[in-house]
Formats: sequence, C-alpha cells, structure tokens
Amino acid sequence: MKKTTFFGAVAAATMTAGFAAAGTLDDVKAKGFLQCGVSTGLAGFSAADANGNWDGFDVAVCRAVAAAVLGDPQAVKFTPTTGKTRFTALASGEIDMLARNTTWTFSRDVDLKFTFIGVNYYDGQGFMVPKELGVSSAKDLDGATVCIQTGTTTELNLADFFRSNNISYEPVPIETNAEAQQQYLAGACDVYTTDASGLAATRATFENPDAHALLPEIISKEPLGPLVRHGDDQWADIGRWTLNALIAAEELGITSANVKESAMAAGNNPEINRLLGTEGNLGEQLGLSADFAKNAIAAGGNYGEIFARHIGESTPIGLARGLNAQWTDGGLIYSPPFR
Amino acid sequence: MSATTDPPKDGFQLSQLIYDTRYRSMTIQIVALVLFLLGVGWLLNNAAQNLAALGKPLSFGFLGEAAGYDINQKLIEYNNQMSHGRAALVGVLNTLLVAVLGCILATVLGVVIGVLRLSNNWVVARLMTVYIESFRNVPVLLWIVLTMAIFIETFPAPRAFRGENASASMSLWDSVALTNRGLYIPKPEMYAGSTAVIVVFLLSIIGIFVFGTWSRKRQEATGQILPNFWIKLAIFFVPTLLVYFILGRPIGLELPELKGFNFQGGIYMRNSLIALTLALGLYTAAFVAENVRAGIMAVSKGQSEAAFALGLSPNRTMNLIILPQALRVIIPPLISQYLNLTKNSSLAIAVGYMDVTGTLGGITLNQTGKEMECLLILMAIYLAISLIISSVMNWYNESVKLRER
Repeated sequence: MKKTTFFGAVAAATMTAGFAAAGTLDDVKAKGFLQCGVSTGLAGFSAADANGNWDGFDVAVCRAVAAAVLGDPQAVKFTPTTGKTRFTALASGEIDMLARNTTWTFSRDVDLKFTFIGVNYYDGQGFMVPKELGVSSAKDLDGATVCIQTGTTTELNLADFFRSNNISYEPVPIETNAEAQQQYLAGACDVYTTDASGLAATRATFENPDAHALLPEIISKEPLGPLVRHGDDQWADIGRWTLNALIAAEELGITSANVKESAMAAGNNPEINRLLGTEGNLGEQLGLSADFAKNAIAAGGNYGEIFARHIGESTPIGLARGLNAQWTDGGLIYSPPFR
Repeated sequence: MSATTDPPKDGFQLSQLIYDTRYRSMTIQIVALVLFLLGVGWLLNNAAQNLAALGKPLSFGFLGEAAGYDINQKLIEYNNQMSHGRAALVGVLNTLLVAVLGCILATVLGVVIGVLRLSNNWVVARLMTVYIESFRNVPVLLWIVLTMAIFIETFPAPRAFRGENASASMSLWDSVALTNRGLYIPKPEMYAGSTAVIVVFLLSIIGIFVFGTWSRKRQEATGQILPNFWIKLAIFFVPTLLVYFILGRPIGLELPELKGFNFQGGIYMRNSLIALTLALGLYTAAFVAENVRAGIMAVSKGQSEAAFALGLSPNRTMNLIILPQALRVIIPPLISQYLNLTKNSSLAIAVGYMDVTGTLGGITLNQTGKEMECLLILMAIYLAISLIISSVMNWYNESVKLRER
C-alpha cells in the first residue's frame, strides 16, 4: 500500500512539474521568491558585492518585479548566467526571468520562443582599443586580433561588419567578461568589442581607464531588455508593466522619495492615481495587488533614479542618458499609457 | 491390441514461471527488460512532448543554414557564409588536432617519466613522484586555465616587437616569434623541383624499412649485428639533402613578419592550441607514467636476470625483453587515457579554442536555440571519435599481446 501511495505521489509530482510552466506567477508566489537570471558580473549592470548582495541596473529590474509581485524587493534569488547558458536557463524554467543585458532580436523573440518585455537600455556594439595603438576608426582594424564574448549577437555583428568593409580579423572567443578583460589588458588581443555600455563598464574597472579609447563606430543596434518564456502572457504582462511603471514614474515625477506619500490618497493627476492604484483596478487586472507599481518604484526608485545610481554620469561607469533619455527629453524611453 | 497408458504429462502452468527454477530467472529478466524499455519510452515521449509544447520540434534543418560567425583556427576552408554543418566540421577537425597532439605529447612524456620514476637515482625518482602526484590530483580545467594565463602574461604582445628599441625580438635568426598570441614559425615554400625532393624523401623512408627487414634477416642468418641506428639515420638524411642541393635548394622558408597588428606569414600556432595541448598532455602524461611504471613492474625480475645471464646489455634487455612484455600491461589502460584526453579536450572553450564543443555546442547552439539537436549530434560525434580510438588501440593491443598456443 505504501508503495502505491509513493508512486502516486511521484506521478503527481511529475504531472505538476509538467504543467507548472503554465503559471509562472502562481509558481513565484508559491515559492515566495523570484529566480532571476543575471550576468556573471558586469560593473553597474549586475555585480555581487563582497557580501554577496547583487546590485546594478539589470538587478534593479529583478528587484522591481519581485516588489511588484511579492511586495518585497529582497525576495529575489539570482542565477549568474554566461552569454551561452542564459537562454537554456530561461527555456528550461530554471529562472523565471532573465535580466542580463540581452539584445532583443527577431530570432530570439520568434525562433528561440522568448518574449521581450521591453527595452531598459538602448545600446550598440562598439570597440575599445589601447590609445597607444593609435587607431582612430574601426575601419583601421585590418588584421587585428579581436576579443569577443561568445554566445552573443556581438560575434555575428562583427562578422558582418568586417565582411561588409572587406577587412580581415582574427576572432578570439571568450566565455566571460573577466577573461576577456585579462586577455585584452595583457595584449593578447588588440581590440575588445561588446556593447558600448559594457565597454564603458569594463573600462571603469581598469587601473588606468584613460589609456583606453572607445572608437566612434557603433556597428549595430542593441536594444537590451529583460525577457521571459513564450506562452505565459500574464507573466510577460507583469514584467512589461512593471518596467513601464518605472519609466512612467520618471515621466510623471514620482520618485522613491515621494512615492509613499503620493500613494496615500488619490491626487488630482488621474494617470498617477491609476499607476499607484488609488484609482481603478490595474493591479487587479494583472493578478497583483493594487499597489504593485508603488512597491516596484519604492524598491529602487524610478527609471531615471536607477540609471543615475548604477550607470549614470556620476558613477565610475559614467554613461550619459543619450538615447536612454525620456521621450520628452529627446530620448527613446517611452511608456505606453496606464489606462 | 495392447493398451498402454502414458504417464500423465505435466501441463505447463503459468505459476511455473515464478516457482520453477528453470524459468524463474528468465521471467525476471523479461519483466525487468520490459520495465526498462517502458521507462526509456516514457522519457523519450516526455522529451518529445515538452519540446512540442515549447514549439520546438526536433529538426536538423539548421545545419544547412548560414552560420554567420567566424572561426579563428580552421584546417579546412571556412567563412561565415558557410553552413552550421561546415562550422561543426571545422570544430571536429580542431578537436581531433588537439587530441592527436595531446596524445603524442602525453605518450612521450608519460613513458619517459614512468621509466624515470623507477630510476635508482633518488632525486630523479622523487621529482617524478612530485610531478605525477601534483598533476594527477588537480582538476585538468585548472591546469588549462593556468597554462593559458601563464602564456598570456609571460610572453610579449606583438606590439612589443615593433619600433627602434623594441622590448622583444624574434629568436633563431629572426625566424621564430613567440608572442602571447601564439607561436609563429617559418613555413616551407615550394619552388619548381620541390616534388623531386619530396619523392626522394619518401623513398628513403621506405628504404629505411626495407633495410630494417634485410638487416634483421641477416642477423638471424649470421648472428652479426650492424650499427642499424647510424645507417638508418644516414638513409634518412643523405639522399634527400643531396637532391636538395643538387637541384639548387627548391624548398625555401616563408618567415613570419610583423605587419600591422600581428605577425603575417609562416605557420601560426595559436596560444589557445598550445596552452590546451600542453595542459592536456602534461595532465594525461601523469596517468600514462603510472601505467608505464605498473607495466614495467609487472615483468618479473627473473626476466631481466635471465637476460643479463645471457650477456645482453641493459639497453637491449629493456628493448627486447622488458618493454615488449610490459606493453601488454600498458596498452589497455593507455586506451582509456587516450579516450580521457579526447573527452577532456571539450574544456577547450575555457581558453577560447574553437573545438566542436565551441562551434556546434557553443555558438551554433546559442544562435539557433536547438539545444537538444546540437547536444545529440555532439554526443554522437564524441561517441564516434571514442569508438574509433578504442578500436584502433584494441587492434594494436591484439597485435602485441601474448600469443597463447
């Protein structure tokens, strides 16, 4: 008898495991934390400090989603992924969402069966060279040895760029940013290429950042954003509108400092009221609490605050807002309306 | 008419399948087999269903699509417009290259170290023990990464060779450049008449074998021993060199030269290939050395004593008596060391070497998202390579093993 119940339990467990993919939201609520895939360490975007606490621009997205879903920005477990392992980790259900400066492309969206829930950084692929080489344009790089991270769009862009300019190069495939940095600094490659934001972040950690220059060519469009698996629209909506809430909050002037106060009672701006849940039932429609956006904003501030704190001009990484300014300031960051 | 009654025949009863010892073991085996097949079937069905649910049915069409990425070390023609299948083939050849180089290095080093460990010289024997224990007991991945790191940090970058007061210079009369990107060595250049030199060289190699057979027959007939080594060495060098100089040196050398960012010309051995070969070879050599030691110690002392009693020199004793017998013990574990080395070469991506795991199991997998298909092909490739290695080695083992009559 005991054996029968045991087999029954095993069967039931496998069945639930099989169907669990259908409801990521219930899954996350049941286990009480969000499993978020991040990079293995890229200063400013996602890096663990000495105490093992993760922090950064991508990490902030994970924390905001955790705050929106579970009400607690600390209820996140991070899985460091390489460029190569990230998609398998997401497709297999090992992680609930991936926030790892991942480029939104057609084939990843359609063929790899993922849903990109927005763009949190508009980037492009650039080149970094030591200044002593005296190179001023990527077109001068004929015959150069180029370090690339494998498993990214970078190596495809690079192949296209060198082919269309009819110049040759020697690719050196590298697994992680840290290894690429070591090879580049030792002179085993002349050029390091990845997204321009990543280059800036890497250069900021060098002993002597001024000895290295970013070349003016940006050879690709790299809209970086968080993504989830195909087929769970509710979960994708939660991610998408949490990110939009952060962006809308900046536009509407809601910051981590005033969000609590604004969410106390309905004010006279209906969009703010709907966003913060003092009016309407947007949170309920998502399957979350009415104050999901308030929690998300309270977790790390609005989009602008997150940007400024982790990668903005006052940080060592020193990225200007550029394309990533609000649309009202001439950038591309734009949230659809909350209504 | 006589009425005889047969003894009542036992009908076969189902319960006999369990209670009759004649059938019981077969029953159990059949039941176990059925359960096992059901389990396998369930797993396969589960995988197929889940893949279908994800909208990713098994298909191998991606192998024909353009790969779109470049590979640095290619032994056959390849560019980024060729197919994923071609890229996988480039990777397979790179895997085979590092496996063959690694196996040669491991065998040579392993035999030397294994013999030295048995040396009567206390210092040499202890040094070899230290070598074996330190290499055997540290994971091979760490050796690979360490070798690469030492390589990159120790040797000068190509730009150090440039300028009036360059901090580095080429060695061996400006023919070899050792940089942290790899080793550049001269490449033979063929001019008119070079074919004759190559033909003569091949003929002299055949000549060495013919001479060897003749010399052995002569020894068996007359008992006289010729200075075989020196004669073979002469056959190896003299005719080829004569033809080379008579034809006016038809084979030249293309020297590597610093142009732009890198050295151009000559043969380029990448740092990743060198580091990987060294690390795999040094690591596996430690295991081979232990096999060699075990093989030599397995030959009973009486054999060498008998050889000495016959007046054979220690050298001949080792070559004619000890090693042939030791080989029988050495070869079988050596096969598995070769297999290990080949499989360990899949760690290549740690140093950026594009083996088949790096191309098919790395970039192709990542760009196409066909995890299941890529990994299945990858496993089939490694299985095929391993089976080929072990059948070749088993054939060799058959030819050296004790003939029992």
